[in-house]
Amino acid sequence: MKINRQLVFNLSLAFILFFLIHFLMSAKIISQYYQLNIYLLFINIIMATSLNLVNGFLGQLHLGHAGFMAIGAYTSAAMTTNMDLPFLPSILVGSIAAFVVGVLVGYPILRLGGDYLAIATLGFGEIVRIMIVNTEYVGGARGLSGIPRYTNWPILFLITVAIILLIRNYINSSHGRAVLSIREDEIAAETMGINLTKYKVMTFAIAAFFAGTAGALYAHYFFIITPATFNFLKSVDYLVMAVLGGLGSITGSIFAATGLTIISALLQDFGAVRMIAYSVVLVAIMLFRPSGLMGTKEMKFSFLDKKGGNKE
Amino acid sequence: MKILEINKLVKLFGGLAAVSKFDLYINKGELVGLIGPNGAGKTTAFNLITGVYEPTSGEVIFAGENIAGVKPFKINQKGMARTFQNIRLFKDLTVLDNVRIAYHSHVKYSVFSSLFRLKSFFVEEKEIEEKAIDFLKIFSLDHKKDELAKNLPYGEQRRLEIARALAAQPKLLLLDEPAAGMNPQETHDLMELIAMIREKFDLTILLIEHDMSLVMGVCERIYVLDHGMLIANGTPDVIRNDPKVIEAYLGEEA
Repeated sequence: MKINRQLVFNLSLAFILFFLIHFLMSAKIISQYYQLNIYLLFINIIMATSLNLVNGFLGQLHLGHAGFMAIGAYTSAAMTTNMDLPFLPSILVGSIAAFVVGVLVGYPILRLGGDYLAIATLGFGEIVRIMIVNTEYVGGARGLSGIPRYTNWPILFLITVAIILLIRNYINSSHGRAVLSIREDEIAAETMGINLTKYKVMTFAIAAFFAGTAGALYAHYFFIITPATFNFLKSVDYLVMAVLGGLGSITGSIFAATGLTIISALLQDFGAVRMIAYSVVLVAIMLFRPSGLMGTKEMKFSFLDKKGGNKE
Repeated sequence: MKILEINKLVKLFGGLAAVSKFDLYINKGELVGLIGPNGAGKTTAFNLITGVYEPTSGEVIFAGENIAGVKPFKINQKGMARTFQNIRLFKDLTVLDNVRIAYHSHVKYSVFSSLFRLKSFFVEEKEIEEKAIDFLKIFSLDHKKDELAKNLPYGEQRRLEIARALAAQPKLLLLDEPAAGMNPQETHDLMELIAMIREKFDLTILLIEHDMSLVMGVCERIYVLDHGMLIANGTPDVIRNDPKVIEAYLGEEA
């Protein structure tokens, strides 16, 4: 097997970044406020890249991603807080819960296309939120508090990198190409032997799984989660990141999630002006880059593609 | 041996009978043409055979099995592939990917294997790529494998669509107006290409075409549809002299 230089280089960069931020955090050079935003940034990266699976690669408009995040957050938090179970199994169960709901919900609604699917997923997100509001076991509308802070920097970083790699591996395979063909032309895909239902539901559920993971990491960093955190606007935030980065580009989603989280953090002190400035940035990017920052391309370090380099 | 047999196939759109009581059979290895004026129901017949539409009534027996109402992807997996009248390539994907996707139903490695990059992934991916490039070579498109499908010239897009259909390794290939929009020279080249792939892959072909020289030149038998009804069938010579066909279709030229 030839060595994939791009992968090795990217992972080394990630490794350096990890230790750099780790050092800055433990030396208290980064303030508490920015530390919180760095955690949020990595959770946003998971949400944006996983949403891009459905919106960008599968080509289906999904507006309820925060609903899956809520399922992962509440399931895992209920396990650690109410049942005193360990953290890692709780993340896994939270993610699996989101996956299962993804299959159950995806199977009937993914028959719909375009606007109808958008409305159905939007409705799904709201149903999840309202069900949580009415579940006293997890605190109802007051939210669930006293969640242990188990999410630490190494866990968050490793899981984020792992998820990005898994999404990349999924897309760059025959199964991923089947997903892309559905986006391109459903009729042609189906007559070429692609099982539409299978690939739609599977992709939707994989995205839900990762959203569940992100939710679990979120809940165990912020001590408290409330149903209002996972409302429709949250789903829209992630959609904006995916669209802005480029539907169909994993690196695009990473850049957009990073950029938007940083902009939002820097503008925190400006109150109402913040939302206006944020919106202006969005409008400007969409005007000058209508297909998002990266389009459907991935960032590559082209100097690594010399002879002997293995492209994937 | 009959590879495809259609009995009393009917498709109603509301009150309109797009195809009514359509009978057809194709023997293994034959090249059969389906002709008829615009709106005669040729493409509807194709959509019924490949599962894109569900027939109102009737049977489609493919390799001894009734496939009426079966989903298109299953019909494809049973060994039938098609092209479309208005090209339906995966436009924003590369030429190579278009062909690789058609190979998907033969891929054995699991999603798990692709997620965690197990050995079976690398072994099969290499094989898929080699096979896809072989198909592209036959259609002399291999030098354009990294181009996006939408950037190919029209004639090459048509060829790519046939290459993609062949990559699914079908027993029966359905071509819906493969020469539409081609000039006489391109049509001639296409005829030779069709004859060549038929030989090489031991294919049975059903072809819709408007270009009479192509149909009369390559097809062994021809079915003629008009207003959803079968009005004639037989060898090109029989069709050429059939008064009903001349009236319905060749009328202006006769």
